Amino acid sequence: MPNNKDQVYGGHISERFNNELLELKTRFLEMGGLVEAQTGSAVQALTANDSVLAEQVRAGDRGVDQMEIGIDEEAILIIARRQPAARDLRLVIAVIKMVVDLERVGDEAKKIAKLALKLEKEGQMSLGYVEVRNIGRHVHAMLHDSLDAFARLDAEQALRVMKEDKRVDEEYQAAARTLLTHMMEDTRNISRCMSIMWVLRALERVGDHACNIAENVIFMVKGEDVRHTPMEETERVVGR
Amino acid sequence: MNTMSSSISAAAYTRSKGAATPVPDGQRKDTVMENKPEDTVIEEGKTVGQPFTADPKFKLRNVDVSYGADRAIKNISLDIGRNEVIAFIGPSGCGKSTFLRCLNRMNDSIDICRVKGSLELDDQNIYESKRDVVELRARVGMVFQKPNPFPKSIYDNVAYGPRIHGLANRKSELDDIVENSLRKAGLWSEAKDRLDAMATSMSGGQQQRLCIARAVAVSPEVILMDEPCSALDPIATARVEELIAEMSESYTIVIVTHSMQQAARVSNRTAYFHMGHLVEVNKTDTVFTSPQHPLTESYITGRFG
Repeated sequence: MPNNKDQVYGGHISERFNNELLELKTRFLEMGGLVEAQTGSAVQALTANDSVLAEQVRAGDRGVDQMEIGIDEEAILIIARRQPAARDLRLVIAVIKMVVDLERVGDEAKKIAKLALKLEKEGQMSLGYVEVRNIGRHVHAMLHDSLDAFARLDAEQALRVMKEDKRVDEEYQAAARTLLTHMMEDTRNISRCMSIMWVLRALERVGDHACNIAENVIFMVKGEDVRHTPMEETERVVGR
Repeated sequence: MNTMSSSISAAAYTRSKGAATPVPDGQRKDTVMENKPEDTVIEEGKTVGQPFTADPKFKLRNVDVSYGADRAIKNISLDIGRNEVIAFIGPSGCGKSTFLRCLNRMNDSIDICRVKGSLELDDQNIYESKRDVVELRARVGMVFQKPNPFPKSIYDNVAYGPRIHGLANRKSELDDIVENSLRKAGLWSEAKDRLDAMATSMSGGQQQRLCIARAVAVSPEVILMDEPCSALDPIATARVEELIAEMSESYTIVIVTHSMQQAARVSNRTAYFHMGHLVEVNKTDTVFTSPQHPLTESYITGRFG
């Protein structure tokens, strides 16, 4: 049995077209891998007070930006050369949209790294780290799963990612309440808690971007736009 | 290899570098994307999408066409709507031209060709024995792949049809018909000062528009176009496509084309033919973004031809 990849990206009469689409997919997944690592490292740097790692994340964002430009260029060339249709068209369009999300996730990771450096300078104290670690793990898994859903063209997994977002929002609300309590207990905590709030906000955004990627995967696989659609309707589309 | 782990890990790197993405057997349902065209079985007479319309100009039911023992069209049912542009696409030999030629009985001249089924134009049987074929072809005009003007003047090419059908009583009426037809074909400004010139002295694109003017001159209701742009350069092609868009206001247009981009640009609905079957009919926008049938998808994405 030919493997999945051959049927989805390959099979064209033009072998070069096959390679161009495969290259696009591979480069997108490479960018996804880098962004995933950036996000994981940013959380790690913060919770371990590791300023060296935080600096690495800050510097690493340039690589993410470069990949975004490269992938867009590739996608534009495919459109110009091949006038892709149907699933090929949906793949190219989805990639163009998803790189925007990946690039933004990269920015959020950089933001977290900056806050990690600030917190590290202000003294080592683990207030709020439990919340950061929990939500960080959660959204990192969502990001990972959304990229995995893309790699395997798995609309059901994409749907699961979208459903996770509600739980992340709840965790975010709960964490915000906890931090508020800390601030009310001791006003000297306010500056630090505000920084943690920004970190949580960035992580919550990462979850949103993972959802956007998941929506695009459903569009690629099912050919239907599920943005701004009630969850029941999305479930129906995926179940078809 | 790849894991389904969702913990913070470097799995993404292995995934992106791994050549294949293994899928455990039976873990996933088949999606359209996984279907292979060669595995697809076509059920006779089964067309996905929307082959029927509310107000059909042509009502075609269970049409079967054979050349001797070869069945070229296998049980096709389709409506062609009033004032719609419908494109017939499909690989060579799929039957799209044969089917098109049934619509004004152009197949009559082929002895071994037999047409079965019900073919109605405005609820009247096209193939009834008392039908006047000349009158039918005046109502259902045709433009061919290669521009085929008569070896006459530009004027006489356009005037030929109206003359034999007796559409004009006076010279001035004929002049009006010629001018109007050339205007509709977007050729008037180029041809008005050289109406007596030989049609064959025109460029290929002009000749094709002249053939459209000639078809329009007898006030048809339907225009059939069999790959009208395949012998034209891109600029002449763009002119003809522009013309199709304008003409769709007053005519029903059926176009057979090998250029999928052309089908995407000019038509409202697209019909995909495959080995004598009508596989899918849908809105053109749907066909080119998310076709319903895997064969349609394979064809329009360039996976087989």
